Amino acid sequence: MSINYSEKIPNNVDLASDKTLQRALEHWQPGFLDWWKDMGPEGSLNYDVYLRTAVSVEPGGWAHFGYVKMPDYRWGIFLNAAEQDRTIHFGDHKGQPAWQDVPGEHRSNLRRIIVTQGDTEPASVEQQRHLGLTAPSLYDLRNLFQVNVEEGRHLWAMVYLLHRYFGRDGREEAEALLARRSGDRDNPRILGAFNEKTPDWLSFFMFTYFTDRDGKFQLSALAESGFDPLARTTKFMLTEEAHHMFVGESGIARILQRTCEVMAQHKTDDPAKVRSFGVIDLPTIQRYLNFHYSVTIDLFGADVSSNAATFYSSGLKGRYEETKQSDDHILKGAMYPVLEVVDGKLVEREAPMLNALNEKLRDDFIRDSVAGVGRWNKVMQKNGINFQLSVPHKAFNRQIGPLAGIKVAPDGRVVSQAEWDANAKKWLPTPEDRAYVASLMGRVVEPGKFANWIAAPVMGINKQPVNFEYVRFN
Amino acid sequence: MGRDDSAEIARQHVIDPEICIRCNTCEETCPIKAVTHDSRNYVVDFNICRGCGDCIAPCPTGAIDNWRQVVKAKAYTLEEQFSWDSLPPQEELAGAADAALPDDVERLTQEARAGQGGTAPAPWSAETPRVNLYSLQKPAIATVTANFKLTDEGSSSDIRHIILDFGNTAFPVLEGQSIGVIPPGTDANGKPHHIRLYSVASPRDGEKPNHNNLSLTVKRVTENHNGQSIKGPASNYLCDLKKGDQVKIVGPYGSSFLMPNHPGSSLLMICTGTGSAPMRAMTEYRRRHMAQKEGGALMLFFGARRPGELPYFGPLTKLPKDFIDVNFAFSREPGKPKTYVQDMIRARAADVARFLKDDNCYIYICGLKGMEDGVKVAFREVCDGHGMNWDALQPELLAKGRFHVETY
Repeated sequence: MSINYSEKIPNNVDLASDKTLQRALEHWQPGFLDWWKDMGPEGSLNYDVYLRTAVSVEPGGWAHFGYVKMPDYRWGIFLNAAEQDRTIHFGDHKGQPAWQDVPGEHRSNLRRIIVTQGDTEPASVEQQRHLGLTAPSLYDLRNLFQVNVEEGRHLWAMVYLLHRYFGRDGREEAEALLARRSGDRDNPRILGAFNEKTPDWLSFFMFTYFTDRDGKFQLSALAESGFDPLARTTKFMLTEEAHHMFVGESGIARILQRTCEVMAQHKTDDPAKVRSFGVIDLPTIQRYLNFHYSVTIDLFGADVSSNAATFYSSGLKGRYEETKQSDDHILKGAMYPVLEVVDGKLVEREAPMLNALNEKLRDDFIRDSVAGVGRWNKVMQKNGINFQLSVPHKAFNRQIGPLAGIKVAPDGRVVSQAEWDANAKKWLPTPEDRAYVASLMGRVVEPGKFANWIAAPVMGINKQPVNFEYVRFN
Repeated sequence: MGRDDSAEIARQHVIDPEICIRCNTCEETCPIKAVTHDSRNYVVDFNICRGCGDCIAPCPTGAIDNWRQVVKAKAYTLEEQFSWDSLPPQEELAGAADAALPDDVERLTQEARAGQGGTAPAPWSAETPRVNLYSLQKPAIATVTANFKLTDEGSSSDIRHIILDFGNTAFPVLEGQSIGVIPPGTDANGKPHHIRLYSVASPRDGEKPNHNNLSLTVKRVTENHNGQSIKGPASNYLCDLKKGDQVKIVGPYGSSFLMPNHPGSSLLMICTGTGSAPMRAMTEYRRRHMAQKEGGALMLFFGARRPGELPYFGPLTKLPKDFIDVNFAFSREPGKPKTYVQDMIRARAADVARFLKDDNCYIYICGLKGMEDGVKVAFREVCDGHGMNWDALQPELLAKGRFHVETY
C-alpha cells in the first residue's frame, strides 16, 4: 500500500476515486498552509530541514530522510493496512463487524472524539512556535521541527476523517480546527494543557515526554475503536508519536546528564551554586516535572464519567491494550478504584469500571511515565549524584474532576490552603525558576555545538553524526 | 566429519536499554513477533528473530540497531536481556569478530552510504557475510602475488590490479564487501595513518579460484577532490607494492552492499573508475556460474574519462552480449561529446524502467560522489516517463534491500 506522492495530497486511501472528497480536501489545504505560515515554527519557512517523511505505512516506508523546506513537507493521509474481517472487540457491539462507516447513533460522539483529538495537533505546534529561536543545537532544532510537521500530519489525519465521514458538519469542524488558537482568550484550543505556554526547552521536553504520552494513550485507546477508519488512522499516528516521546525522554536525560556533570565537577548540590555554572538545578527540574505531569493527567478527564462509559460501551474508544486485558471486554458490573477525599484524607472507593475508564487510562499512563522517570534516575546514579526524581501523587495540582481545587502535597497528603501557599514554590515552578530557565535559552546553531545546559546526544539522527548539519538556514 | 555446532558464531539482535524509550513500536512492527517486553526492557528473542530489519527504520531512538556476535549455543536469553541496565560489551570470541567496527570504518562507511537516503538491508537472498574478523590489533597478513597497471601506458591515471594471497589465514569475503588497509608509518602529525577501505574486485572464491586470494582495484591518488596535489598514503603504498611484499589487512567489512543469490535475480550496476571493483566481483561471480543459469539479467553503466582509463575495459568488451548489457560513458574522448553515466541511463530509459520495476532487480551505485546526483536525477526522469514516482520508489527500493550506494 504505497503512498501516491504524485497527487497534490499524498494518500493511500485512493483519494483520486472520490472527486468530491478530493475537492473538499484540496479546498482545505490552502487554509492549512496559511495556518502553517502564520502559526507554524517562527521564521522557518525557508530552512532546509533534515526530516523523516513517511512514504508508506510498511516498515521500510519510515526510513526516508532528506532535506525538506517545511511548507513543502508532504503532509498527507495515511491509514494502516486494513485487517480483514475485523470485528469490534469490546462493548455492547462486541463480535460484530467493525464499522466502515459512521453508525448514525454514534455520530456526534465520534465527531467529538475526533475533533478533540484533532484540536491538540495544531495546538502544540502553536505552543512551540517560538522555540526554534532558542534551540540549544541544530540537532534539537531539527527534532523540534520533526515533531511539528508530524503534528501537522496528525491534523491531516483527523481532518480526513471529518471530511470523509461527517459531511458538512465535518467540513465546518475542520475549518474550526484552523481557527482556534492556543491560549487565545476568545477562541482557545479545547483542552487546558494545550492553552498553556511552552516557553522554554525544559518545558518542551517535559511536554513531549508527558503530554505527547497522553497522546500515545489516547491514540492507543482510539486504535481499538470499532470505527475502523479511526482505528487504522490512529495506529499509524502512534508510530510517529513515538518519536515525540523520544525527544522528551532523551532531552530531559541530556539536561540531567549535563547538570550531574557540573555537580560532580564542582562537588556541589547547592541549587544556587549549580545555577551559577549555567545549568539547571535538579530541584527546578523536579518542579517542572510536577507541573507538566499534573497538567497532563488532567487531560484524561473526570475520574468518573458517563461519557467514558458511553464511548466504551458503544465501541468507539477502547482501553489501552484492550486485546491484552483478560476480562469480558464488556465490563458491566466490573469495578475500579477512584480517589476521593473523606475526612481530610484521600481514600480509594470502588466505582463502576465503565464510568472509571478515564481513571483507568490515567493509571496506565502513570505506570508508563513512572518507568521513564526511573530511567532518568539512572543518569544520576551513574554520575554518583544522590538525587532522585519522582512523579507527584496523582491528586496533586488537579484542575479537573472531583480532585479539582483540593490541595494535595506531592506526597499525597491533603494540606490546608496555608500549607499549600507556604510550599507551592517548592512544588511548582516559580516565576523566578522560569525566568532563570529562560535566561539560559540562547540559540546555538553551529553544527556539533550544544548549549551549556544540555549534554550532546549519544547518537545522531538516521546514523548521521551528531555534528551533522541537520538544518540549513539559507 | 561432523561439524561442531556448539561453537558456531551467530549475530544476535539486541536492543540498547539505555537508549530505548519503551515505545512498543518495534514489537508492533515485527512481522514474526520476535520482540517482547517486561516492565523493564524490550528485548529480541534470538530463537525467533531472522534479522529482517523491519523494526530498524521505525525505531525513533536507534536503540534497536544493535548486534552482538555470540556463540550460537550461548546466545543471550530473554531473562538475561530483561535484567540488563545497559548492553553487555561484545565478548571476545575465538576467531570471531571484535566488538565494534573500528571508528575509521564506521565513519568511511557512513560517508560512502550518505547518498543512499537511509539504511538498506542486504538483498534477502544474499549469502551471510563474515564481518570484522581481523582487527587493528590482530590484522591478517597477506602476500602480494601480482600488481599490474590496468590503465594505458601514458594515461594520466594509474589504476592497478593487485592480488593478495592469504596463505593459511581464512579471509572469507563476498562480492561487494571491502577490506581495510593501514599504510605503515605515521602521518605529518606523527599519528598512525587512518584505515582506507577498498572494495574487493574478485568473487567469493578468489581471483584465482579456491586459492585463498582476492584482488583489489586501486587508483594511485595524486590529487584531492579540489585538484590540489597530494599523495594518498594508502593508495601509493598499495600501488608501489612488489610481488612478495607482505601487507596488514583488516576486515572484511560490509553487510548490506551484497549481491542477491536467488535464481532470476538481476543486477543493475552503475559505476565510475575504481567503483567498478564490486561490479567486477559480482559480474565475475555470475560469469563463473553462467553454466548453472542461476542469475537474471546484468546491466552495467560504466563511466570514465577515456577508454584507456577504464579498468577492465578489454575483458568487459569480450563478455557475451546476452550475459551482460554494458553501456560505457566517456567524458573526455577526443572529438566526441562528453557523455556521463546518467546520459546513458537516459538513453536506455525503457530498459532501466523495467529493471526499476522488477522486484528481482538489485541496484548498485559505486564511484565518485559527483556521480550520485546525476544518476538520481536520471532515475527520476526515467520514473516520470514510465508512470513511476522516484520519491516513492526510492524508499521502497531501500526497504527491500534493492538500492545500494557507495561513493567517495
